[in-house]
Formats: sequence, structure tokens, C-alpha cells
Amino acid sequence: MTTGTGKSRLIEDMKMNSGQDPNGCYQCGKCSAACPVSAALDLKPHQVLRYLQMGLEDELAESKTPWVCASCFTCAARCPRDIDLARVMEGLRLSILRNRGGNKFGPAELTPEQLEKLPQQALVSGFRKYNK
Amino acid sequence: MRYRYFPGCTLKGQAKSMEDTTLAAAKAMGIELEELSEWQCCGAVYPLYEDELISLLSPVRTLAAAEGEPLVSLCAACHHVLKRAQELMQRNEDARKKVTDHLEVEYAGEGRVLHFLEVLRDDLGFDKLKEMVKKPLEGKKVAAYYGCLLLRPSKVMQFDDPENPTIMEDMIKALGAEVVKSPYRTECCGAYLSVTEEGVAADTVERILDSARRAGAEILVTACPLCRYNLENCADNEGKTPIKVYYFSEILAEAMGLPSESAEDQGTKEEVPQG
Repeated sequence: MTTGTGKSRLIEDMKMNSGQDPNGCYQCGKCSAACPVSAALDLKPHQVLRYLQMGLEDELAESKTPWVCASCFTCAARCPRDIDLARVMEGLRLSILRNRGGNKFGPAELTPEQLEKLPQQALVSGFRKYNK
Repeated sequence: MRYRYFPGCTLKGQAKSMEDTTLAAAKAMGIELEELSEWQCCGAVYPLYEDELISLLSPVRTLAAAEGEPLVSLCAACHHVLKRAQELMQRNEDARKKVTDHLEVEYAGEGRVLHFLEVLRDDLGFDKLKEMVKKPLEGKKVAAYYGCLLLRPSKVMQFDDPENPTIMEDMIKALGAEVVKSPYRTECCGAYLSVTEEGVAADTVERILDSARRAGAEILVTACPLCRYNLENCADNEGKTPIKVYYFSEILAEAMGLPSESAEDQGTKEEVPQG
């Protein structure tokens, strides 16, 4: 296990804690076809798995994709290889937050209008996803 | 029929109307919902990382507090978290031991964890519900919007067919309304992206609303406060046919002849611009 920036542990941490093996993916692309936010992703879900297979940690650590994933579980429902991509995305988010420290999003970034209008559920789930 | 009831944070705030209408309708149907005392937030999202045990403390405390009796919730997110936490407690002995030891409770995954719609379908029955309807919603074109959390992952949630659910349509039918099916009814609304990525949520919501419009829906019903918020707030509907979004319980209460926002809106129906 390496220390240092922590970035090099990203893939190993993700595998250990998500319980998912990206090597099972054969790149059929059903996950990316099913993803409701695919258009907003810089790496499509099947590409994330390919990058994981190839060990491209820096690219994964810089990708917007895990932070745009809404955990809707559609990818996992459609995967013929039973890879739970929602867990992979959560694994990447948490590995990045834990290894690098800091939060992706904080209460100070909310506008007064959001605070007024957003349901409690949105705030709790948002902070759970983007903070550690 | 008696159940323990877990409201969750949003039902005491922004989604108070879901709680009010459900409790009123349940009472009229002879369903007793006894609110858990001193309940806490469910955590809003189920922890997908295997070692995030701290996020399980709150839902497991809730599950244990039901003392093995059937536990009902209304919010799709609360039901999702409770149901999945229960499944983990049944499946993973190590996680169960750590969580229950920390909480100092006995819990091994027992008790039914139900969404109120499941109570209507499985315990009361939609035929019985139909008989109880006082003011059938005749002529209303209602589409169900399921979203994600009630349906997926289907192996754990076991709520309905995840690709072709019918439970809400069956309820709408029992209430006397016309069922409208739209292909995007099981797609994600964008969830908490409305907090951080509003533009992305706007796209997902527009697709859902446009799909419902094309199918001819006038009303969308949901069981999730965040879905409702996104559907009502994230899309630009200018120049498009208006679609009202209600909680499933609001049209249920309306059909039972009880007060609800959907019933109030009906009183002013002529003033709502129709496209």
C-alpha cells in the first residue's frame, strides 16, 4: 500500500469498499445507454469501468462523473454482468473524499433561496453524498 | 390493521401534506398508523460503501424501535433506506453485530418494512379501496411517477416489477381516475442534483414532464418529496401544457372525500389555464 497523495490508492480502495470488480465488465454499454444524466458526464459509466480496468487513476480522480451520478441505480439494474455501478461511483466519491480530505460541497455554497425552498431530504442526501 | 409509522424529516416540513392526507385517509379506511416515539432521520441515502456503518445507525435504530411489528413509511427515500438497512442486517452478520452492539439494541432483521402503497395493495387490497371511495376522480387523467427509490434495486426492494410497475396505476384506477402511462415514469428526476447541478436536474425533469404531456396526463403523482420538488421547480414549462404534481396520498384523500390540495385545486379548476 502506498501513501503520499493518496490518489494512487483510489482504485484499490474503491474495489475493497464497494465489493465490485470492474474486470467483469465487457463494455456492452447498457449502463451508459440507461444513465439519465449520461449527457452531462465527461466519462460515461462504461468508460469509468474501462478506466478502472486500465488503472487510469488520475483521470478518474479528475472526472466529473462520480459527482454528477445521482445514484438512481438504473445502471446496476441493466448490467448483464451484475456489476453494481452505483456502488462503484460511491466508491470513487468516498475514496476521493477520504484520501484527499475536504468536502466537495458545503452549506456555505447554498443560496438563501435554496435554503428556503429545498426539501429537507434534498439537503440531507446532498450533504451525505458530497461530504465526509 | 395496525402499523408502526416512521414519518421522516421531510414529512414534518416541506412534505407535511403527504403526512396529513395519508393519516386522514388511513383513519377513514380503518388503518391505524402509530408514530414511533423519538424517531430520528433515516439518513436520506443508503450507504453504498460497505464500511460506512455509521450511516446505518439511524435506520437500524428505527427498525429496532418497531419491535418486530410492521413498520410503514410514506417517503420513498425513507422506505428505501429502511428496507435496504433491514436487508443488510439480515445478510451481513459482521455489520449487524457492529451496528447493534454500538446502538445497544437487539435486531436481526425481523419485521415487515412497508411503504404505505404496499399496505393498500397487499393488506387492504385495491378492490376494497375502490369500495371505500366516496368521490371517484372521474375524468381526471392521472399518470404515476415512480422514480428510482421504490423500485431499485429490485432484488432488495421487492416493491413491484422494476421495469413495468403497476401499483400506483392500480391505485389510480381504484380511485376512479383515468390511468395515463408515460414511458419515463421509472426514470430518475435528478434527485439531489437540484442542490449541486441544477441544469442536469432540469434536463431529467423536462424529459419526464414532456413524456407525461405527450401521453396526455393532467396530473402526476409521486411518493417522493424530492421528486415532487424537482418536478415542480427544476424545469422551464413556459408555453407548455400545465401538469399538476401531487403526492399519491393527496388524490387518495380527495377520492375519500377528505381535504387535500388536489381537492382544493379542483374547486378552482376553471381558473387554471389549459394549454
